[in-house]
Amino acid sequence: MWTYLIRRLASAVPTLFIIIAIAFFMIRLAPGGPFDRERVVPPEISANLNRVYHLDEPLPRQFLRYLGGLARGDFGPSFKYRDFTVTELIAAGFPVSLKIGLLAMAAAVLLGVGLGAWAAQRRNSAADHMVMGLAMTGIAVPNFVVAPLLSLVIGVYLNLLPVGGLGDGGVRHLLLPVISLALPQVAYIARLSRGSMLEVLNADFIRTGRAKGLTERRVVFRHALKNALTPVVSYLGPATAAIVTGSVVIEQIFGIPGLGRYFVQGALNRDYTLVMGVVVTYGALIIALNLVVDLLYGVLDPRVRSRE
Amino acid sequence: MTEAATVTRGRPAVAAAGRSPWRDAAMHLRRNRAAMAGLTTLCVLAVLSVAVPLLSPYAIDEIFWDAIGTGPSLAGGHPFGTDANGRDLFLRTLYAGRISLSVGLAASVVSVMVGVFWGTVSGYAGGTADSLMMRFVDILYALPFMFFVILLMVYFGRHVVLIFVAIGMVEWLDMARIVRGETLSLKRREFVEAARAMGAPPAWIVLRHVIPNVIGPVAVFATLTVPRAILFESFLSFLGLGIQEPMTSWGVLISEGATQMETQPWALVFPATFLAATLFSLNFLGDGLRDALDPKQR
Repeated sequence: MWTYLIRRLASAVPTLFIIIAIAFFMIRLAPGGPFDRERVVPPEISANLNRVYHLDEPLPRQFLRYLGGLARGDFGPSFKYRDFTVTELIAAGFPVSLKIGLLAMAAAVLLGVGLGAWAAQRRNSAADHMVMGLAMTGIAVPNFVVAPLLSLVIGVYLNLLPVGGLGDGGVRHLLLPVISLALPQVAYIARLSRGSMLEVLNADFIRTGRAKGLTERRVVFRHALKNALTPVVSYLGPATAAIVTGSVVIEQIFGIPGLGRYFVQGALNRDYTLVMGVVVTYGALIIALNLVVDLLYGVLDPRVRSRE
Repeated sequence: MTEAATVTRGRPAVAAAGRSPWRDAAMHLRRNRAAMAGLTTLCVLAVLSVAVPLLSPYAIDEIFWDAIGTGPSLAGGHPFGTDANGRDLFLRTLYAGRISLSVGLAASVVSVMVGVFWGTVSGYAGGTADSLMMRFVDILYALPFMFFVILLMVYFGRHVVLIFVAIGMVEWLDMARIVRGETLSLKRREFVEAARAMGAPPAWIVLRHVIPNVIGPVAVFATLTVPRAILFESFLSFLGLGIQEPMTSWGVLISEGATQMETQPWALVFPATFLAATLFSLNFLGDGLRDALDPKQR
């Protein structure tokens, strides 16, 4: 188990490095610069500006400088928000995004697995068809449609929940964004876990369990569910990526001061360091969660462990 | 019963004309009502969006100054109403279908080609080549890909072809994994062994024996890739990075509609219905295909 963990950790480092390298050179080789949209200044001043931000150095040198900064936890200064460093912006935005993302993830797994298992036990009943129909709707309707609809119906017409902003950061303000972010993932996970649950419920060891007189509850929770969870666990990686990218849109719709909204705006502004900061943070987050998923996989499925 | 069993197990008799697995699958698909409804809906949508210039006398960017933001009415000549700029929404929704459907199709074609090539080569070659190629897929899998596509769109312009390619390049990873898994198990089957024993070169075996046998799972997965590509394009368009005016896609129309849904709900409802109908149909068709091609599911 430990060698497995260390090997996975060691392989995470080059992955992160590749992410940083691709993002860095892609951003820098693109036409345009961070000061394009500002007042035209005499060449001496713009040369000075470039020198302050080290933009006059050759690219590989800038890359090394950036890596050096990263190693010290310094993401560099923002080009657009002049009074802040990127580290400060991330420190302010990331906890908000993380909170919403984790809540959405938890909701997706709990609701998704619950609904999927519930539907599987009632295969081809009205309840099953209803859950699967809802799941199909959840997959087919993008969350940038769900979000405004929810805020219109629940927020404006029914006036139950606030439609935007973070307020005091309480549950009431988080509910709508979390629901809209989680919904497509709930749908995917429900479908996945229904499928694998059906397969497992037909397996011999479940019949054995029933035959030896275990209660249905024990059969389902202790034996079936644990084995049916494997495909769900391997979907958690892509689910994280989907929630992270979804948050870009959801934060924009609900006006949440998270990290996602910096990304597109930063890219349009050619705010090199800010975009890099967001990519690095999210890249590291996705890698970390994939690592957790791999470990969970090892816990659920002993064959994965012994193979190493 | 026993008679029939011996007949099928032995050489195909004249009476029991053999049904090929493909015919068998096609029959099962035809019997699946949800899948057939999906297929029909898709065909209708595709024909409508291709034939839209014949159906409507207006141009896509024609502005009706006397009908700005009016609701749907057949008598007024705008069955889906007009948008906030006074453009006919029926027309725009169907033109948008052209882009959305072709994004889905093109991205799936790219992902099938790259994925099948990568998967079969990796699976059939095995050994170091296999582990290197799969490691590459693993690394790409961990990248926040959507971010790179967004960067690509921001920096290198918003050309339609770029959108096709970018989305296809994201979607081939799953395909490569599935194909590799299938190839690994096919490699050990007798007919592949026989071909090898007769001295067939690897490229021939892959082309003639492996690829035809992975078509089933690939077809299923491709139908599920199309909706993902369409959603991806609408996501990009929602952020303002997708298709540019005057061309439009369902994602663009939906994001425009979402901003005015209180005053002009029809601008959201019609494109969203078309998008949802397409995605539903593709999912039903994909499920139907999977059931039809996988004898275990019956």
